[in-house]
Amino acid sequence: MIKTIEEINQKIQSGKAVVLTAEEIIDVVRKKGVAQTAKEVDVVTTGTFSPMCSSGAFFNIKQLTEKMKIGGGFATLNGVAAYAGLAAADIYLGATALPEGDPRNSNGRPGKFRYGGAHVIEDLVSGKKVALKAGGHGTDCYPRREREQLIGFDDMNDAFLFNPRNCYQNYNVAVNLSDKPIYTYMGKLKPGIGNANYCSAGQLSPLFNDPYYRTIGIGTRVFFCGAQGYVAWHGTQHNPSAKRQENGIPETPAGTVALIGDLKQMTPQWLKAVSFTGYGVTLSVAVGVPIPILDEQMVRYVSVSDEEISAPVVDYSRFYPYGEGQSPLCSVTYAQLKSGQITVKGKKVPTGSFSSYARAREVAGHLKDLICKGEFLLARAQAPLPGAVIEKEAV
Amino acid sequence: MKQMKKVLGFSENITEEPIIYHLIADYGVRVNILRASIDPGKQGRMVVEIAGEDSQVSLGLNYLERTGVQAETLAEEIVHLTDRCTSCTSCVPHCPTRALDVDRNTWQVSFDPEKCIVCLSCIDVCIYKAMTLTGTLSEYFTNRQTAADDISA
Ligand code: SF4
Ligand code: SF4
Repeated sequence: MIKTIEEINQKIQSGKAVVLTAEEIIDVVRKKGVAQTAKEVDVVTTGTFSPMCSSGAFFNIKQLTEKMKIGGGFATLNGVAAYAGLAAADIYLGATALPEGDPRNSNGRPGKFRYGGAHVIEDLVSGKKVALKAGGHGTDCYPRREREQLIGFDDMNDAFLFNPRNCYQNYNVAVNLSDKPIYTYMGKLKPGIGNANYCSAGQLSPLFNDPYYRTIGIGTRVFFCGAQGYVAWHGTQHNPSAKRQENGIPETPAGTVALIGDLKQMTPQWLKAVSFTGYGVTLSVAVGVPIPILDEQMVRYVSVSDEEISAPVVDYSRFYPYGEGQSPLCSVTYAQLKSGQITVKGKKVPTGSFSSYARAREVAGHLKDLICKGEFLLARAQAPLPGAVIEKEAV
Repeated sequence: MKQMKKVLGFSENITEEPIIYHLIADYGVRVNILRASIDPGKQGRMVVEIAGEDSQVSLGLNYLERTGVQAETLAEEIVHLTDRCTSCTSCVPHCPTRALDVDRNTWQVSFDPEKCIVCLSCIDVCIYKAMTLTGTLSEYFTNRQTAADDISA
């Protein structure tokens, strides 16, 4: 081992840390080699900006003088129902929640899904007030039964984003083998493999740069939609045993993390509600994870480039929904995806992404600046993610 | 030689006249219909590209005015809201004319209104609602299927 996280933090605090993005490091390693880079570089920053459906926020709403128990009752924010099965004043609003009686697909087909939980969250982060409507059964200690009020962050003791699954390590490339256009969570797919949609920042994506979760674990501090957040747990559907290439990169969707952060500190630049025509509402979030360069092995991992990362091409007309047919149809590299065209079943297919590489770059660059200015320190993971391969000397 | 994109608005009493025929046959104007939504007996809108000698085009536009067809310039109709656009690129393969295109070095997505034929594909495809339709066209076309759907459906 060359460095410890404590040594790196001391360098960050004295303004001497050498920080590069996961994109910048690729050429440096090609020029200087692994050993030299490991000595010179302290931290590599990753970034991603992408729709992540498993997102939502906990709110604790300040009581009025006559108190109310929303727990066990109901609460809506701008007409979108929040989960109210918690304590008197705690609710959870999921990003994909839709307003009651929403016309969904009847509002013309395919449905537009113009407003939902993610939009409520973005409105609050943008400093807007939203309409709370709540009802409860009333008790001796919480007599109020109804509450209707415009509320913003000032009317909440706490608001934090808690996303059970973010940062998927690799993802499917979606195509449509059928003869009709389909509307999916991977966007609109034209018939006859008319287009291919992918959703990962590839070489900048956090978990591609630490494929065996050697430094990213529970307690890792991350850049989260403009605030500092933390890895709270492994994400739901975390699957470290997915088949891997020789370089450790999983060939199919694999690791995930659950993230938590203070919503009041987040900014609309890094958190955006999105509407998938014919599918629903979800939230795009910015995540940047700093990776400490502890030794040469970490340099090898963070120097991974788009040519070395492959994703499976999956049919979303029959295979994904019904499990019918062959899968994957083939696999392609992120370099091919980013060229704008891939070949599937002998056909040249144009590609588009939902994960913004332009924004992922900004996230990684911004996190780099924060670390260089001493405003963001690394936090050692307190427990490994399931399936982590951590050699003793690296800890 | 003049070439331009126009949105033609037809009121109910003129939708059954062969206006486009007259435009082509009597004024020698080349008309390329990019998009149309006209129901007989109702109002309609048509997006056309008009080309011809300067004099032919202005006489043709005069004719339209006399018949009561509103002809508006197209460019402002599709708006790219740069503050909502994240340059994700998901719209790029859906744009038939490369009006929406990505620079693969900077990864910024840009919109060139000159190339836009208002096919509306991007309106449904952009999840950030960064592509919007303004002006007279919007009420006619937003809740319809996109041109691409009409063709493949
Ligand atoms: S789909 Fe929308 S957000 Fe994405 S690049 Fe196109 S206009 Fe921008
Ligand atoms: S309306 Fe059609 S041509 Fe114009 S930018 Fe959108 S997709 Fe491209």
